[in-house]
Amino acid sequence: MIFALATFGILLAMILVLIRLIKGPTLYDRVLAVNSFGTHTVLLIGVVGFWNGRPDFLDIALLYALINFVGTIAILKFFRYRAIGDVMWTPPQKDEDS
Amino acid sequence: MSEYEGILQLLSWVLIAGGTFFVVIGAIGTLRFPDFWARLHAASVTESAGVILLLAGLCLHAGWTLVSVKLIFIGLFLFITGPTSTHAIANAALVSGLRPKSQSVPTGNPDEHQP
Repeated sequence: MIFALATFGILLAMILVLIRLIKGPTLYDRVLAVNSFGTHTVLLIGVVGFWNGRPDFLDIALLYALINFVGTIAILKFFRYRAIGDVMWTPPQKDEDS
Repeated sequence: MSEYEGILQLLSWVLIAGGTFFVVIGAIGTLRFPDFWARLHAASVTESAGVILLLAGLCLHAGWTLVSVKLIFIGLFLFITGPTSTHAIANAALVSGLRPKSQSVPTGNPDEHQP
């Protein structure tokens, strides 16, 4: 029953983060919401596996954590350089301080 | 022995409830804070406190098995990559020119004077 409480708490948190993902004003709000949603998904896979009594899905949770991190870095790199692979040019960076 | 296992079970329940509390608090902060930087601050609560407490509670519930080892691996990985991705998002937002709304926060640039 503590697993049911944890499951519904994580589902509520996922719904709130999805609202922020839809109405986020800037790009970085959306990237932050996607990253947080991935972390919530990892926790949800673990807790639901324990709730069913078969915690066999933790490998999938580990893989999801890996893909979430690499995907976040790839999205940020794409929106800064407009390329995933080799970077052909560098942005002007006129607003960067220090 | 059964008393020891009962105390362990109770401790794991407390840890899972605390982790769920921090996850929900971080999500509410992510939804309702007024600024991007404040939302970043609220989301990192989920990444550190909620993940560590929830995975520690599940680890105590599982005991010394292979499942516990997998949970420790997930916790280590999230403990390293959560602050790293948060720092990457904050750095990208700062480079792209996003600034905090508050007037009293210095941006580090002496030319940019804020009244």
